[in-house]
Amino acid sequence: MKKRILQRVLLGIITLWLVSVLIFIGTEMLPGDVATAILGQSATPETVAALRLQLGLDEPSMLRYLHWLAGIMHGDLGHSLANGRAISDELLPRLANTLFLAGYAAVIAIPLAVGLGIASAIWRGSVFDRLANTLTLISISVPEFFVGYILVIAFAIRLTWFPSLSMVDSSSSFIDRLYVCTLPMLTLTLVVLAHMLRMTRASVTAVMASPYIESAVLKGIPRWRIVVFHALPNALAPIINVVAFNLAYLVVGVILVEVVFVYPGIGQYMVDAVTKRDLPVVQACGLLFGGTYIFLNTTADLLAIWCNPRLRHAR
Amino acid sequence: MKDNNSPLTKLMQDAQLSRRGFITSASAVGITSALGFSPFSAFAAEPKKGGVLKLGMSGGNTSDTLDPTLFSDWVPLNQAYMLMNGLVEIDENNKATPELFSAWEAKPGAAEWVFTVRDGVTFHNGKKLDAGDILYSINLHRGDKSKSAIKSQLAPITGLTKQGDNQILITLDSGNADLPYLLADYHLVVVPDGFTDWSHPIGTGGYVFDQYEPGVRSLFKRNPNYWKPDRAFVDAVEVLVINDPTARTNAMISGQVHAINRVDFKTVDFLKRSPALNIVRSSGGQHFTFLMDCSVAPYNNNDVRMAIKHGIDRQKILDTVLRGYGSLGNDHPIPKTDRFFNHSLEQRVYDPDKSQFYLKKAGLADLKIELSSSDAAFAGALDAAALFQGQAQKGGIQVNIKRQPADSYWDDVWMKAPFSMGYWGGRPTADQMFSTAYQSTAKWNDTHWKDEKFDALLLQARSLLDEGKRAEIYGELQSIVRDNGGAMIPLFGDYLDAASKKVGGIKPHPMFNFMGGRLAERVWLEA
Repeated sequence: MKKRILQRVLLGIITLWLVSVLIFIGTEMLPGDVATAILGQSATPETVAALRLQLGLDEPSMLRYLHWLAGIMHGDLGHSLANGRAISDELLPRLANTLFLAGYAAVIAIPLAVGLGIASAIWRGSVFDRLANTLTLISISVPEFFVGYILVIAFAIRLTWFPSLSMVDSSSSFIDRLYVCTLPMLTLTLVVLAHMLRMTRASVTAVMASPYIESAVLKGIPRWRIVVFHALPNALAPIINVVAFNLAYLVVGVILVEVVFVYPGIGQYMVDAVTKRDLPVVQACGLLFGGTYIFLNTTADLLAIWCNPRLRHAR
Repeated sequence: MKDNNSPLTKLMQDAQLSRRGFITSASAVGITSALGFSPFSAFAAEPKKGGVLKLGMSGGNTSDTLDPTLFSDWVPLNQAYMLMNGLVEIDENNKATPELFSAWEAKPGAAEWVFTVRDGVTFHNGKKLDAGDILYSINLHRGDKSKSAIKSQLAPITGLTKQGDNQILITLDSGNADLPYLLADYHLVVVPDGFTDWSHPIGTGGYVFDQYEPGVRSLFKRNPNYWKPDRAFVDAVEVLVINDPTARTNAMISGQVHAINRVDFKTVDFLKRSPALNIVRSSGGQHFTFLMDCSVAPYNNNDVRMAIKHGIDRQKILDTVLRGYGSLGNDHPIPKTDRFFNHSLEQRVYDPDKSQFYLKKAGLADLKIELSSSDAAFAGALDAAALFQGQAQKGGIQVNIKRQPADSYWDDVWMKAPFSMGYWGGRPTADQMFSTAYQSTAKWNDTHWKDEKFDALLLQARSLLDEGKRAEIYGELQSIVRDNGGAMIPLFGDYLDAASKKVGGIKPHPMFNFMGGRLAERVWLEA
């Protein structure tokens, strides 16, 4: 089992390295460069050349990749090209904001989705089941910024219960943060709900068709007990997977939601950096996003191995 | 303002009347009170002190800096004017008026100028302003190492010296009667001599640095010792960066901010329905361009250019793309608000027959061209391109629209594609506009147009101090660009801001949104 786990972790690290290469190549391929983006329409060839030299953009890209990789190994994400500040200084508070919002949404969305999924499995085919499925399907079918705008119109403009901007800063209290983040949290919850709900329902339903459940039914055990105590443990692996996938989405996929609610998270930071061709920042954000995905996926795999003995041995 | 299209409002905006002027002319017809008409209810009220002014602004980025040599967008520009003062201010009638330079005088020929430094001004750190601070602040943008955006505009300055403690002598390589306007550029803000800490700028402005998170939020508090007695009324100004137009509009409607800049042309009519808001519509030099590269075929033939210029229905594009919030362009870049605007030039109109006439004159049966466009050029550029495509067809011009990616538009398309679209934010003087984009040696001559007569006249007008003579020459220059230049300029777009009715003292201004960037120190909050 240890070998399995080690293999999985090693695979994660290799994937992360591949991601770093892809990010670097990808950002190199972006048209335009930071010097012209910073100087904007007013750039003249001389000022661009002066700025490029100052920013070290004249080095070959292979060399710059190695410098970058070496920096990251030492925990140094480098400096923003556009304003010279250390990236980690700006990235960490924003990462904290993003994780706060993702955590807030996860705390609400995961129990809700799993609970609704189990309930749907218990009352399969009932009005409740169909309603839950249809509503979540609708919310996942429209783009998240649209969900966000609908919530803003309803709760910020008509009812004025919540602010339309989710501005937070270091002085905001925990309660303040919960309050101003409510609408983005709801948006994210609506967006991820359906996926987890359906997977939970499908997974539990599949297990419900197995012979040992049939024998439990024949023993006269109540249906909810069968679902929760007999079926759920065996249905966990795919549920963990889809939860991990959605958790990663809550961190990585919030860019549009952050733009709609003007939330100072990492997504907005990356969008700004892309428009300014601030490559080190784009690379740092990209690596962080990649790392989040890989970390959560690896964790999900490990959890699945842990809760399903059949996965512990290589076939 | 309930009805932005009423003739009175239009009159007021078109004529850029002062407050007193407006009230006089309105009461002269005796209808102000009869109709209960109050275009800006705040006009009658006296300034009040106190409150925190919250501004929701587009044009900010996490990479913003308060280093004046690197300003390139709206948020840093506005923040700079909160913390620091300029040398010269452009007022709401588009005139250069004193700010930290309290007076100036040109020697004959306009190549030598003496500027007086304002007395009795202190920086936030208590240092008294003197000529040395101003020399330092201007020199930040000059010299070989400068990466300032206005380096080339200051290049004609050959000498910059102190003459006594509070006088500065500026020498130019050739005469320029508009030097004070040139020095009104927003990059030229003043800091103490030797100052370099751009993360905490110290200036002489109405507000003092407090909190600053680039691209997100900033808070500046009132400077209790501000030297302008009639400015800076609120206790603090909070700037929230909201680049997304929908989020900005939502913040305005839900009352989270007192004012927003850059209201979307598409949603302005929707915003106007809200009774708690004023829409501030400023006519100025912002204009939208179709750029033909005069150095390549077929645009090197003026008949082709004329055919294209007659192939566009300006009114239709104004009505649809800008929803009427702008005015018709006449293929030259000088706005109606400019003192040298040529009123005698006939407005060019849509005339497909003339397009065909000019094509025939150029020896062409029809014309197939490719227009590079993107909404990066200006909001609605792609819509304008599509409308033009349909209109031009009637004149025998087949336009193929090449949609370009927005984020590299200014690097890869502008000044490179043979036929592309763009915009200019406007310049305070005709000379600056022409010498930035139309003089044959200009760095941003975006149509690669060269005309010897134009260059000679431009140079001649620049050094003249006789206003009548200058008006004559600039009038002729407008006519030359109109009938010969490579830019088709169908529209001027208004700068649109929205503000809560609680904001007093807000007015249109010909330079940019938010009263030329100085809104924060000019408005007050009604209780």
